[in-house]
Amino acid sequence: MSRIHVTTTINGDPVEYLCDPEETLLDVLRDRLGLTGSKEGCGTGDCGACSVTMNGRLVCSCLVLGAEAEGAQIATIEGMAKGETLHPLQRKFIEHAALQCGICTPGILVAAKSLLERNPDPTEEEARYWLAGNLCRCTGYDKIIRAVMDAAAEMREAS
Amino acid sequence: MSVAKPLPHDAAALHVTGQARYVDDIPAPAGTLHLAFGLSGVARGRIVSMDLAPVRAAPGVVAVLTAEDLARDADTSPSAHDEPLLAKGEVFFEGQALFLVIATSHHAARHAAAKARVGIDAMPPILTVDEALAADSRFEDGPRIYGKGDAPAALATAPRRLQGRFDLGGQEHFYLEGQAAMVWPQEGGDMMVFSSTQHPTEIQHKVAHALGLPMHAVRVECRRMGGGFGGKESQGNALAIACAVAAQATGRPCKMRYDRDDDMRITGKRHDFRIEYDVGFDDTGRVTAVSFHHYARCGWSMDLSLPVADRAMLHADNAYDLAHVRIESHRLKTNTASATAFRGFGGPQGMVGIERVMDHVAHTLGMDPAEVRRRNYYPSAAAVAKGAEAGTTPYGMAVTDFELHDMTARLLETCDYAARKAAIADWNAANPVIKRGIAFSPVKFGISFTLTHLNQAGALVHVYQDGSIHLNHGGTEMGQGLFQKIAQVAASRFGVPMDMVKITATDTAKVPNTSATAASSGSDLNGMAVKAACDTIRDRMAEHLAERYQTTPDAVRFEGGEVIVGEARMSFADAAKSAWMARVSLSATGFYKTPKLEWDRIRGTGRPFFYFAYGCAVTEVAIDTLTGENRILRADILHDCGASLNPALDLGQIEGAYVQGAGWLTTEELVWDDTGRLRTHAPSTYKIPACSDRPDIFNVTLWDGQNREDTIYRSKAVGEPPFMLGISAWLALSDAVAACGPAYPALNAPATAEEVWRGLQRVRHGL
Ligand code: FES
Ligand code: FES
Repeated sequence: MSRIHVTTTINGDPVEYLCDPEETLLDVLRDRLGLTGSKEGCGTGDCGACSVTMNGRLVCSCLVLGAEAEGAQIATIEGMAKGETLHPLQRKFIEHAALQCGICTPGILVAAKSLLERNPDPTEEEARYWLAGNLCRCTGYDKIIRAVMDAAAEMREAS
Repeated sequence: MSVAKPLPHDAAALHVTGQARYVDDIPAPAGTLHLAFGLSGVARGRIVSMDLAPVRAAPGVVAVLTAEDLARDADTSPSAHDEPLLAKGEVFFEGQALFLVIATSHHAARHAAAKARVGIDAMPPILTVDEALAADSRFEDGPRIYGKGDAPAALATAPRRLQGRFDLGGQEHFYLEGQAAMVWPQEGGDMMVFSSTQHPTEIQHKVAHALGLPMHAVRVECRRMGGGFGGKESQGNALAIACAVAAQATGRPCKMRYDRDDDMRITGKRHDFRIEYDVGFDDTGRVTAVSFHHYARCGWSMDLSLPVADRAMLHADNAYDLAHVRIESHRLKTNTASATAFRGFGGPQGMVGIERVMDHVAHTLGMDPAEVRRRNYYPSAAAVAKGAEAGTTPYGMAVTDFELHDMTARLLETCDYAARKAAIADWNAANPVIKRGIAFSPVKFGISFTLTHLNQAGALVHVYQDGSIHLNHGGTEMGQGLFQKIAQVAASRFGVPMDMVKITATDTAKVPNTSATAASSGSDLNGMAVKAACDTIRDRMAEHLAERYQTTPDAVRFEGGEVIVGEARMSFADAAKSAWMARVSLSATGFYKTPKLEWDRIRGTGRPFFYFAYGCAVTEVAIDTLTGENRILRADILHDCGASLNPALDLGQIEGAYVQGAGWLTTEELVWDDTGRLRTHAPSTYKIPACSDRPDIFNVTLWDGQNREDTIYRSKAVGEPPFMLGISAWLALSDAVAACGPAYPALNAPATAEEVWRGLQRVRHGL
C-alpha cells in the first residue's frame, strides 16, 4: 500500500507528512506529528474530543482522513494560545474551574472558539446546543457554559 | 494558608493548552509494539478451534499469544483469581479476550485480530436475574443477610403495608479516556509500567504475578487519568498485564489501548439490580418495618462484587432510622462482562431502594414525599450532642453526625419547594400534554473502605535546599482535583505559596502498598499522610532553627513563605538551606490509618465508616405525555463537604456527580440482546448527559459545617456522595407521571422516554 504525500498548514505552520490512505487526521496529528492535544474519545464522531477546525469549519478529526488535509488550513488546540498568551476562552476555563480530568477540554475549547467566531454573542441555549456534540463525563457542563459565556462577554468588550 | 482556597485544578494550564499528558500521549520509544485482544463473539461456550494463521499472516503482526503460550498463569482479577488474561478453553461472556495480537501499530493489531477463525461450541448463556436464580448461579454460597429488630414480625403487625419491585439498570463509566497502558522493559527483566489506573499497587502486584517477578521488579506510574469513576480500579489490569507479558516475550516496549467499542464490550460496569421491597408504615408516614431483596447481576467473575453488594446493603437505610429492617442480598453470576466498581460502589443501588419505598409510601398516603422523609430521619447530631439517643443503622453503627434536618429545612426554603410544588399542581391541572414533577431526596453516605485494612495511606515529601518541595502520595488523579487539594495541605503545613510545591505522578517506587483511589477516600487518607510527612520535616527544621537561635521549637513559625524565629525572619528557602548545611534530613515519609473502624462483614455488624457525608437535592422536570420525552428544568443542591479543602473543586465534584447520577437513572440504558451481546457499546447508542441536557437552573451550595470527626482540616470526602443526589431526578419523573392517573407509576430505572411512557400507561390504565 503506498503512502500519500500531504502538504498542509497546521496552526499556521506549513507541514508535510506521509500517511496511509485510511489513516485519520486524528491519527496523523497524534502519531505522526506529536500533536497529542486532540484526543480520541470514540473514533466515531460522537464525542468531540478530537475537534479541530479545517478551513475554519469545526470537524471531528477522527472522521477526516489525513489525506483530506491536503492544501487545507488546520487549527488544533496547540495553536490556540499565542505564545505565552492564552486565548480568553482558555483563561476563563481556568478561572471558572471548567475542567476536571481535562481530556474533553481541548475539544471543547476548539468547538467553543469556533462558536464565538461565528456568533460572538450567543445565548446560553445556543452555546449549550453548539457544544452538545462535545461530551464531558466529569463536570456536568455548568462551569463550562459559564466560562464560555464569560469569555464571549470579555471578547465582545475587547473588540 | 492555601487550604480552603478555591484554586483551579493543578494542571489546568496544561489542560487548556493540550499539553497535559495521558498514557496514550506519552511519547513511545522507537520500536514500540501495539497490542489488541481477539475477543469472543459468544457469551458462553467451549472453544473447539482457534485458527490464528490468518492473524499471524496479517500485515504488521509480530506475534500472537494464546493462553497456552503464556509461561505463567496470567490472571487479571483483583479478588478471586478467577479471570485468566486469555480464555482457557471456555468462554464466559461476549467480549472475553481469547488471544493477544502484538503488532507494529494499534490499527494493525486490531485489524489482524478480526481475522481469526474461532470455533466455539455455544451453550445457553445465563443472562437475567431469573435465569441466574433458576440455575443457582451465584457468588458466595447463599445470600448475605443483614438486619436489625424483627422485620417479618413487625411487617405482619404493621398498620399499613405494601410491596413493590423494580429493575435498576447498570451504568457504563464512559471515562472519556479509554483504558490504556504502556510497558517499557528495563535491564535485568524489570518492568516500567505506565497505566491509566486508580490502583497502581494492584497493577504492580498483578504484573509481577503474571511475570513471576517480585513486586520490587515492577514499577508503576500514573500521572493522571482522563476520568476513572471506579472503572479504572481493576479494569486496567488486563492491559497492563498484556503489555508486560508481550514486553517480556519480545523485549520491546509495548502499548495497548482499547478502542471505545471494545472498551465498552470488555470492561465491567455498574451492577444492575432488581430490588424487591415489603414495607410496613403508619398513617403518619412513619415506616415501622422494611424488608429488601437485592439481586445484583455481577457478571462472569467475582471482581469487586462482594464489597459492592455489601455497600448496597449498608446504604439500604439511607437517612432513615428504621426500627425493623432486613436486607437479603443475592450476588448472581451471569455471562456478561464482570460488573465492577462505579462511583458509589453499590451505595447508590441500596439508596435508590429505600428512596423508592419512601416515595411509594408517600403516594399511598397522599402525603408530601419530602415530609414523609423528614419524619423518618435519624435523630439530629445536635439532639444527640444534647443527650438524645442516637439512631443506629441496620448494621449497628450509631449515627451521631446527622446533619439532614437542618440541611433539608434550608434547601426546601431556599429553593421555594412548597410554592413550586403548588404551582406545578396548578400547571398540571391546566395542561394536558406537558406535565411537570418535583422531588426532594437526601443522601447519607458512609465514608471509609469497608475492607478495613484498605484505610491506610502513605506519602513521601522532600524539601530541597532551595526550599522547593517535592510532593508524592499514594492517591491518583482522575480529574477530582486530589493532587491540588493535597498540595494545598502541604503548602499550608510549610506556610509557603503553592508554586513552591511540585505535584508528582503516583509512583509505586515512591510510596508502596497503596490502596486504590476509591471510596471517596483520596483526600481524607492521603491528606493526613502528607500532613504527617510535612510535619516531620517542619519539626526537624524548627528544632534546628531553635538551636541556632537559642530558643524552643514552638517559637518557630512557618507562614507567608517565611520562617519566623523570635525576632529573626528568613525565607523558607534560607531556612531549608540552613537545615541542609546543618545536616538535617529534609525528606520524610508520612503514614495514616483511619481510626475507630471495626467491621464484621459476615455478621454485618460494627462500625465500617469513620463518618457520614450528607447532601440533599430538589429536582424539577417536565415530561411530554405523548412520547415520554422529558428534561430536567431545575436542580437545587445543598451538600456537606465539612470544612471544604477547596470549594471550587468540591462544587465541581458535586455538579458532575449530580449530572452523572441523573444520567444513570434517566438516559443511560444498557441493552443486552438474548445472546448476551451488549448492543449499546458506543456513545451513538449509549446516551450520557450532554451539554444540552444540563438543567436550565442549577444552584449548588456547600453546607457551612465542619466534620465532627478529626479529618484533614475537618473536611469531608466528596467524590461519591453527591452522585446519589441524582436520585431526585428519577423521583421527579415519577412525580410528573403520577400527575396523569391514580395508580403509582412504579418506574424502573433508567426512566428513559420509553419507560416514562410505560409508566404513563400504568398510572392511566393500571397496566
Ligand atoms: S474521537 Fe472523534 S468524535 Fe469522538
Ligand atoms: S473534564 Fe473529564 S471529560 Fe470533561
